Amino acid sequence: MSHGPIVQTPTPEGFRPHVVAHHFHDANQEFHSVKLGFWLFLATEVMLFGGVFAAYFIFHGQYPETFVKGGEQLSVPMGSLNTVILLTSSWTMAMGVRACQLSQKKQMLGFLWVTLLCAGGFLVVKYFEYTAKIEHGLLPGSFWHPHGHYAEEFANVEWPNLFFSFYWTMTGIHGVHVILGMLAISWLIWQGGKGRFHSGFSAPVDLIGLYWHIVDLIWIFLFPLLYLVP
Amino acid sequence: MTTNVPVADVAVETSNEPTNYLNCKRGFWSWAATLDHKRIGIMYLVGVTLAFLVGGIFALGIRIQLWSPEGVMFKATSEDGLAGYNQMFTLHGAFMVFMFIIPAIPGALANFALPLMLGAKDVALPRLNLASFYLWLTGTLLACYSIITGAVDTGWTFYTPYSIQTQQSVISMGLAIFILGFSSIFTGMNFIVTCHKLRARGQTWFRMPLFCWAVYSTAILQVLATPVLGITVLLLAFEHMYHIGIFDPAYGGDPVLFQHFFWFYSHPAVYIMILPGMGVISEVVSVHSRKPLFGYRLMAFSAISIGVISFIVWGHHMFTSGQSAFVMMAFSFLTFLVAIPTAIKEFSWVATIWKGSIALTAPMLYAMAFLIIFSIGGLTGIFLGALSTDIHLHDTYFVVAHFHAVMMGSTAVAFFAGVHHWWPQIWGKMYNETLAKISAVLILTGFMVTFLPQFMMGSQGMPRRYATYLPEWEGYHKVSTVGAFILGTGFALMMGYLIHSIFAGKKAKQNYWGGATLDWKTQTPPIHENFDFDPVIESDNIYDYSFLTEEKKA
Repeated sequence: MSHGPIVQTPTPEGFRPHVVAHHFHDANQEFHSVKLGFWLFLATEVMLFGGVFAAYFIFHGQYPETFVKGGEQLSVPMGSLNTVILLTSSWTMAMGVRACQLSQKKQMLGFLWVTLLCAGGFLVVKYFEYTAKIEHGLLPGSFWHPHGHYAEEFANVEWPNLFFSFYWTMTGIHGVHVILGMLAISWLIWQGGKGRFHSGFSAPVDLIGLYWHIVDLIWIFLFPLLYLVP
Repeated sequence: MTTNVPVADVAVETSNEPTNYLNCKRGFWSWAATLDHKRIGIMYLVGVTLAFLVGGIFALGIRIQLWSPEGVMFKATSEDGLAGYNQMFTLHGAFMVFMFIIPAIPGALANFALPLMLGAKDVALPRLNLASFYLWLTGTLLACYSIITGAVDTGWTFYTPYSIQTQQSVISMGLAIFILGFSSIFTGMNFIVTCHKLRARGQTWFRMPLFCWAVYSTAILQVLATPVLGITVLLLAFEHMYHIGIFDPAYGGDPVLFQHFFWFYSHPAVYIMILPGMGVISEVVSVHSRKPLFGYRLMAFSAISIGVISFIVWGHHMFTSGQSAFVMMAFSFLTFLVAIPTAIKEFSWVATIWKGSIALTAPMLYAMAFLIIFSIGGLTGIFLGALSTDIHLHDTYFVVAHFHAVMMGSTAVAFFAGVHHWWPQIWGKMYNETLAKISAVLILTGFMVTFLPQFMMGSQGMPRRYATYLPEWEGYHKVSTVGAFILGTGFALMMGYLIHSIFAGKKAKQNYWGGATLDWKTQTPPIHENFDFDPVIESDNIYDYSFLTEEKKA
């Protein structure tokens, strides 16, 4: 077995060195490879959500009143609050990435913590929204059984269950992405605390940052499509 | 900027045999936890072969059932009826498509050969590569679990609303396919990045072997199309668990939408299957005819354009599902477009062989079989792409025979051509070539005997997926069943001599076939790090065999 020389990226004082994987010539090639791979992964996310979005538009075209009526049941203040929370978290994430690239460990960890808290806040708001919908029986597909005045409101609407199928499926899959994002950010905080990420090696923070932005971006589309149905 | 820390070379030669990637480390974990693309390729090779075996057993089961018009294994008069037959053809299709053909060439052959061809030490993302194998394994085990818990009987296409009403095992099979999809995505991502970032010094895009172009185009399809299948089977699973109703007319949904979703993936998937096969054939015909590939650039562009066109033809699977006449015309027209790059490829291969110094080796025989069967598969596709004839042929054995000509007769045969081509480089051992040639002839004969009668009875109206049939087709079915067993014999023979060669085969000499690309320029079998020199590509003529004549003179 022949070994090439071990290549390390430049490491600022107080941080851990990063060893470039053996099959790359240098840190630059490694960084750009990993980054390209990650962008491809993001493309798969767009295609995955693209599928549900396409289905949404088809049924919105078929039963426009159902979607308007369904959208009216969602709480715009809560949705707006969550939009603000996620936008803020995207900003703190971007600041965290910058702090990492400048090897400012304390600031980076601070921004990552705020991002994590925002993500948690988003889920708390979502929890209150979901419980309300469950109480009112505004559930997807065969679980659909609206109580009280909801039953009257939807009495003359075609397939009202369908709107809530989309609401639960889309926000559900998005919610899973938020939870995965929280796990990833927690890992960044854990490893970042040990000093693994710095100006010489910022790829994980960069890329999880990108992931967090796309989770945010998907919500930017979900919010008007579900809460402010045109 | 970078600091170089030299390390002492710790490897010690333990035997006379030079160290290579197979003997450099031993033990279970050195394989199970390996990041070496060559070892992962071998793990895939073993995996997909087992999946092929399972799928093949189901295929023989189907053919046994159809030996007589009233059925052999399942009879309408028996207690369980004909349901078992539906499960059998579903599992045959699902195993062959999702667990064998899609991962076969990218997972096994491209994993081994692509980094070598690019002069790289590994694929760009080795951990992801290993993850993709284990996802494949998880998905396959989950699919096996779904068989134990009742098996699926929907056909490999899982059309709604039937797939919503049938047994619960659709959920586990759906999740299995979701996981297998991610395995395929990870493989694709890896190859795209590898082609972009890890090419050898001096290796421009147009100095990549055509196998790399084909795998690259495949990888784009894997990355962009597979997520749509992912969301489709996920929604199908939700449909089963919660009746969300998107595909279920009983809740206001639209079953035809499922078909659109499914074919938006599964048509590109047809090219995920065939494109790498085309890449293998490009390498094989060049090496075994000792000639540079005819029309290299056009071949590269046709690989990419097949990939692009494949995204906009899915509606041709749904000519009888109720689309507007205009949409059908558009899909039919776009379908015919695929014929252009495909024909470019076919003609280029033939022109490459023309006046070449042809060696009728085992890989070349498989490649020849590919050229013949692929022509049949491609030309019968025209009947199905044309609206008027498709209305007559839709859901008949003509369709079955057509896609078997492309998937089994072309992709699987190309896979075997590739296996035989790279075998000496993979193992450093050579199989018995006489037996290999016999099995190639058996497989070509078996294919023709199995599927030509299916074309004929299909054009006369024999519907697909029927467990019993009218007596007028009995002769065709009997011939077809005989053909399936000839095929089975060919595969069994192949399995036998290949496995035998690993343990008792003759040692393969360096660069066994005299290939000119980088995968042959390294040691046979390669060392762990692939190259003990820094590979450089200096010429545009990457298929330059003049070095062989010089070697001979010397």
